[in-house]
This record gives sequence, structure tokens and C-alpha cells, in this order.
Amino acid sequence: MSTTEITSVVSRSKETAGDVVNDFSIQIATVNGSGSQTANNVLMRSIFQMGIPVSGKNLFPSNIAGLPTWFTIRASKHGWIGRKKEIDFLVAMNPETARDDVMRLDAGAAVVYDETLKLNTLRDDLHFYPVPFDKLVAPVCPEAKLRKLVRNMIYDGVVGHLIGIEMEEIHKALFKQFGPKKVKAAELNWNAVQAGRDYAAANLPKTDPCRVERMNETAGKIIIDGNAAAALGCMFAGVTVVTWYPITPSTSLIESLMGYMRRFRIDKETGKATFAIVQAEDELAAVGMVIGASWAGARAMTATSGPGISLMSEFVGLGYYAEIPAVIIDVQRVGPSTGLPTRTMQGDLLSTALLSHGDTRHPLLLPSSPEECFTMAGAAFDLAERFQTPVFVMLDLDLGMNNWMADAFHYPEEPIHRGKVLTAEDLARLGGFARYKDVDGDGVGYRTLPGTNHPAAAYFTRGSGHNESSGYSERPEDYINNMDRLDRKFESLKEHVPAPEIVIDQRASIGLICCGTSRYAAEESRDQLLREYGVESSYLRLKAYPFTNELKDFIARHSRVYVIDQNRDRQLLGLMRLDLDTQYVERLRSVRYYGGLPLDARTVTDDIVSQEGL
Amino acid sequence: MSTTATPPPKKVNRIGLEVLQYRGGKTTLCAGCGHNAITERIIEAFYEMGVEPYKVAKFSGIGCSSKSPAYFLNSAHGFNSVHGRAPAVSTGAMLANHNLIGIVVSGDGDTASIGIGQFMHMLRRNIPLIYIIENNGVYGLTKGQFSATADLGARLKTGIVNDLPAIDTCLAGIELGATLVARSFSGDKRQLLAILKAAIAHKGLSVLDVISPCTTFNDHEGSTKSYSYMKDHDEPLHELDFVPFYQDISVEIAEGEVREVELHDGSRLRLKKLERDYDPTDRIRALNFIHESASSGVVLTGILYVDNKRKTFLDMLNLGDAPLGTLPEAKTRPDQRDLDLIMEELR
Repeated sequence: MSTTEITSVVSRSKETAGDVVNDFSIQIATVNGSGSQTANNVLMRSIFQMGIPVSGKNLFPSNIAGLPTWFTIRASKHGWIGRKKEIDFLVAMNPETARDDVMRLDAGAAVVYDETLKLNTLRDDLHFYPVPFDKLVAPVCPEAKLRKLVRNMIYDGVVGHLIGIEMEEIHKALFKQFGPKKVKAAELNWNAVQAGRDYAAANLPKTDPCRVERMNETAGKIIIDGNAAAALGCMFAGVTVVTWYPITPSTSLIESLMGYMRRFRIDKETGKATFAIVQAEDELAAVGMVIGASWAGARAMTATSGPGISLMSEFVGLGYYAEIPAVIIDVQRVGPSTGLPTRTMQGDLLSTALLSHGDTRHPLLLPSSPEECFTMAGAAFDLAERFQTPVFVMLDLDLGMNNWMADAFHYPEEPIHRGKVLTAEDLARLGGFARYKDVDGDGVGYRTLPGTNHPAAAYFTRGSGHNESSGYSERPEDYINNMDRLDRKFESLKEHVPAPEIVIDQRASIGLICCGTSRYAAEESRDQLLREYGVESSYLRLKAYPFTNELKDFIARHSRVYVIDQNRDRQLLGLMRLDLDTQYVERLRSVRYYGGLPLDARTVTDDIVSQEGL
Repeated sequence: MSTTATPPPKKVNRIGLEVLQYRGGKTTLCAGCGHNAITERIIEAFYEMGVEPYKVAKFSGIGCSSKSPAYFLNSAHGFNSVHGRAPAVSTGAMLANHNLIGIVVSGDGDTASIGIGQFMHMLRRNIPLIYIIENNGVYGLTKGQFSATADLGARLKTGIVNDLPAIDTCLAGIELGATLVARSFSGDKRQLLAILKAAIAHKGLSVLDVISPCTTFNDHEGSTKSYSYMKDHDEPLHELDFVPFYQDISVEIAEGEVREVELHDGSRLRLKKLERDYDPTDRIRALNFIHESASSGVVLTGILYVDNKRKTFLDMLNLGDAPLGTLPEAKTRPDQRDLDLIMEELR
């Protein structure tokens, strides 16, 4: 199966367009487990080092080795780093998919391929560059069993030459990738890159229009995946207990965190760990441990994906009702059920916001970039402890597992906020406390931690009905008082969740609303709507649930508002339906995509254009 | 009651607390329920050991047994959590504060059915907890269905016969890594109290399976968890004496009569030989012995297994003395230079 889709609406011939500079996408089709990830990352990083905005999307199967995988690198002088629907430059390394991959290209695209595949016989409207990979790899890699891995580096040299990547940047990126401990391996691979470059220089006259030109748009920026960024956010938020159960696509978040914690969170004076990381037996246990640890005073978190969220449902209801902090990072993948475990979706928005039985509501933070993964993972701990409730950080696979160009992270400005915890000294002063009494009018009571040395410190935590002083109660008044207070607490949260990003175009009659990674498609789509159709639009990107008043104001300003959802059932729109009055809801329209690939701008533009009747 | 007599001086334990300070709320369980007797022994054990109640954390899942943490140690924090999930919650709490003395009260449905997965993994980790299974072989709150510890052939009041084999939580405990495993009977005050004290003194996971008859749903003829069945089939392995670390008693005992096991805090368990000599430190023989006696219809009670050497999970985490939950920001947030270094590596 090929992953590029046939472009239907606007056909753009590349044959007459002249040079295409810093504005194209390269797709590398390989086999899972062939070591192509290194070659792909080096290629992406070397373009980044030339100052050109770049993004990389790894489209991989749920498999260890042997199935097709595609890596797409997009260079964009405009800074559009969402997925681009059209492929301009294909590197066809996988014999199984090569034919499909080629047939789906737009006319004018370029194809680097293994010459034995004879792909040039398939079409006559493409630029073909045959390369004898096996002949080239043998002399640079005498050890036969390493050739499969080294072979891929040859295309870095070929593509680098064809599109004009400076060789010293490839060299730098490659040695950075291998690190100081693997210089020998780096040298072997560098020889392969050079073999590819030399072959291309001598044998492949340039006929396609794609090339790169040095810019200065990436200075100071970093390349990082959202999972590692969120892990850093947790570490700098002072997380102390981490529990988890491995699940794609959240596993690398915890594995990054482990690496960072071992480096930066061993007490320099005592050599002791300032954290505990526990691989639990399942997601129920993982979140149960988080709840137990938070109850006893730790900053505790877990990371999971949709199936794990489903399993955590009962415990999350306990966290909500017994009012226990918890940070749960959900790296969303395609459901329902096992679904497409290695594909992306914003599929858990609705179920997570209302997770568990009875009346429950949970705050969601909705990061769209590595910077926000870092800041929101941190903010989630403060929110969870301030409001004594489970808080979810909703990444998706695209954000979590792909490499992104990002601004360097800023050190947290605010001190850590541990919420309303009474110490033995506080109790000596106050004489006592009632655990669930709304003393401050924000719906949040005061708590004590087990081990507090004061006769009035202890209280009994239960998921069953309770009164203000945490005693067992089945009285209707107690139940209603409690639920109403929890509602007030959720209302108070609105003052503390991050406000949406809003761009108002005074002339616009339509608005776009989205969250998370949909922003890249939405931002680029607004540009397409304006340039191609003369349609002005305003834009609101949600950063959190509960929704704040800015959302209503935004909807009220526009006659039609398109809510972009990366799921079938319009979950973001559904949450708005639940929370907003009819006067707002009736202005909402839906733009959906649920194919499992990162959302692209063209899909959004085409849908809006069609609904607008343009 | 007469009100004229002068009150005797209040009886206190070694840290000056009265037994009242170890009590909890009024029980809401049925009259005669074995669980209430266990609650009484828990109160006595903590009182007599002189444990500071604020250092204790109580946990439970869901069920009749799981209500009981509300009935002892009112001045200890308690957490009545989710059905079968007390192992995870208590593990988390112990990660946050390893100085707590954790006690979990669970039931046979809670532990052996819905929570069996968590129970097994808690055993593997040897989390320092006192884990009590108040075992009556039935679901009480839902009115008397068999649990997974009901014996093969046991009969419900309704006449339904259990045709599935029982799960033996003590065998699982010994097999998978608990470091103090005992079985007792809620009606055997002396033995249960000694076992509870040993569990308080033990540093590691204590699994105590306590047969605790349900007077409402499982105390009839045909039940194997009834008072009368236990009267006929309870076979103590030894006579237990617990000698706390703060008492220095030396008693002359004929050689071969008594085995002594020293516990982590310096307390000692004296196992006085009854029918046979039983070595609770021999894992394989303990397993065999329990299997053999079960097939002959005997309920062995006493200390089944002790291992004083195995590390707990918390020992493996390289933690400092201060609980993780109380570490200040200076210890838990790396500094600006660390972030700068990480950013530089990612450029």
C-alpha cells in the first residue's frame, strides 16, 4: 500500500514551474528494521542545519521488521511544517511498494531508486535517477552483514547532491547522530554517503526542479520529538513517581524520561535517586500507583495511549471524586480497540474529558508543539495539585513520535505549586480541618498527607459517598453538595488553564477552531484559502478543556465556524455542543479527517471550500 | 454500671497512648462477623507494639472486609479505594513515603478474583506492607456468591455446590515472593495477635490469610469457612509466642521444642513445636506441606513462611531517607544549566 493519496482538486504541473526552492517534500520508502531511520534523520537534520524550516514524519507499521515504512521530510521556506499531501521527491528503496509509490506521484516528481527495480519503465512524466546501490555499497562496506544498514546512507549522498545539500552539513549531522562513542560506525556510514554523492555527480544529470538554498530560519532552534519534550516538562516540574505500562506511541516518552532522570535527578550530594520509576503490570496498576503516590504527597504521573485510557477509567473516576491529583499523558493513536497502533488521531478527546461512570469531568491540556509539550506537561502537575484532580495532557502520535523543529525551551519561571496541603504546624494553629469543606470558595478543600504528626491530621479517603469531613454518607444533601462543589471546582479551573491562541481577521466571516497538531494544517489552510480563493478567516486554537470564555466570544464574532477534528465523530465539536448554548452551537460546522495520517492543509482547505460553496 | 467507684489509672502502652487511641469508627458489619474480631486484634497489635498511629496508612479495596479500615486507628490516614486495586494504591503510597507503615485489608473476592493480577505483582515486588485477606469464601455485599477461595465441594445456603478448585493465596504468596506468609482464624485470638505483631515487626510483604466466617451467608453446614468447620479442621502448626524487641525475656526451653525466628526490628517469634517440627524458612518444604495437608482436609494455621533476607522493592530504588513526597523543589527541579545543556545537545 502506498501512503500518498491522489490529489484531486488543484493539479499543479511542475514541468514548467522552473526551480522549486526550499518548498517540497521528500518521501523515503524503505523496509521496517533496515536501519533507514538513521539515514532519514541525518537527511532531515542536514537540511535543518542549512537554516531551512523542515519537518519529518515517520509513517511506520506496527511491526519490528519487514513491513513497509515511509519517512517524509518537508522543507518549507514559509515555515509550513504540517504534512504535505503531495510528494515531490521519492526515494524508492522498498521493492514491495516501489511500483505503487511511483504510480501515485504527481507528474513532474523525481524518483531515486535502486536500478534493479527498473521503475523508469512505469511512467514517462517523472524524473528518474537510477542508482546501483549494491554495487556502491560493496567497496565501502567490506563486512557483508553490515551492508543492509550502510546501504541506506548512500541515498543521503545521492539526494544531497541532487537537491544541493552542503556535504559538510551531512557530515556534521551524521557524526552528531552517531555521537562521540561511535566514531568508527560514523566513518563507515560517511564513506557510503560519499559513494552516493560521487556516483550522482558522475552519472545523474539534474533534471527535476527541487533544490535547497541556505536560509537563516532555524538558528537557535532544536529538533526534538513531542514525547521527549513532554518528558523534559515532567522532569523540570519535579515529578517524583512515574509509573507506566508500555504502549505505542507513549513508550518513548517514559524511556526518554528514564534517560533524563538518571542523568539529572540523582542527588549530587548523596548519590540517591530523587524519583522512582516503576513499570507496572498494566495500566490499571499504573494509574492506581499514581493515585496512591499523589495521595501520599508525591508528584506522580503516567503516560499511555487510548487502550490504556480505557483501562484507567475506573481509577480516574476515583481520582475525580476522592479528589486526588494525577497527571496522565495520553499520546493518542487510532482507535477503537487496537485500531491502528502506529497511526495518529485525536481520538480520545471526548472519552477522556468525561472518563469514568457517573458525572465526571477532567481538565485536558492540548499541546500542539514540543514547546507546549514541555510547558503543559509541567503545568499539568501544578493544576493537578492545585485542584486535586486528575489532569490529562493530550498529545497524539504525530506530535509525540515525530521529530519537530522547535524553539529552545525556557526554564520555568514560576516555582512549583503544591496546592492546599496542611502541615502539622498548620493544624496546630487551626485546631483541625474538614477535608472537603470549601473554605476559599474555589471548590478546593485542604488536604493532609499520611505521616503528618498531628492528632487531627488523619482523614479517611473513599470513593463512596462522603460528607465535608470525609465521613461516609448516603444523604442526598451531602451528595448534592459535594457534586455541586466539584462543579464549582471545575469552573474555577478555567482561570488557570492556558488560554487559546486567537488570530482575528476583522474582515473574516468564517473562523477555524482546532487543537493540537491540527494547527499546522489549519494555519497553512488559512493561507491557501486567502491566496487561492481570497477567503479571509479568523483562527482559534484551543489549548485546554474546560473551554474559557474566549471560545464563546470567538464563535459569536463569526457567522460560520469550522471546527477541525482528527476523528470521525467530531469529538472536539461534540465537547462544545455539551458545554455551549444553542446560539453558539448553531454556528459550528465540522471539518474531519480520520485516515490515521497527520492532517494536511489541502484536506482542510478542500472541505471548507466545498462547504462554503466556492 | 456503677458511677461511684474511683476510676483506675488509665492503662497506656509503651509510648503512653491508651487503647482508645487505636480504635476507629463503629463497625457496620453483621454481628458475629469474623472481620470484627480481626479488627479487634489489629487494634491490640498496634497498641501493644506501641506504634505511633500517625505513621500508619490504611488501605482497602471494595467489599465487606474493605470497610474495616474505618473501624481501627482513627488517627491514621485511610484509603478505601477501588475493587481489587489496593495493591496498586498502597504501592504508590509507599513509593511516595517509604517511612509509612502500610496495612491493607482485603477480602477473598477483592484479592483472589478481581484483584488477582495486582496481588500477584505485589508479591513479586515484596512491597513492605501488612496485607490481610479476610477470607470467608463468599461475596457478602452482593449477598452470598462463591468467591475464588471457596473450597471444591463447598455448598452455599441455596444448595449450589462449588465445582471449581480454590485459589490458595498463601501458596501464591510463598511461590511469588512475599516474605512473611501466615494463615490464621479470626476465632483464634492468641495466634492471630502474635501473627499480626510479627507482621508489624517484619520489613517486607506479609500476607496473612485469615479465615473469617460470614455469619450471614456462609456459616452453615456444608460450608468450609464456617465457625464449626474451622473448629474441627483448624490445625495449628505451632504455638506462637511473639517477643517484641523492647522486651527482654529469656525463658528456659528444652532443645528441639521451640524454633526462634528473629524479625527485622529485633523482635522474635517463638514457634513451639506441636504435632511435628515445621521449619518456616524452608520454602519448598512449606509448599509441599501445605499441598499435602490441604488434600487431607486440614486447615493449617500459623506462620507458614518467613524470609528475612529478600530485599523489598523499595530497597532496590536507591532512595534517600526523606520520602519522595516531601523532597523540596531544590531537589526535584534540575537547574537552568541542566536545561541549557540539554538544549545544546538538541540543536
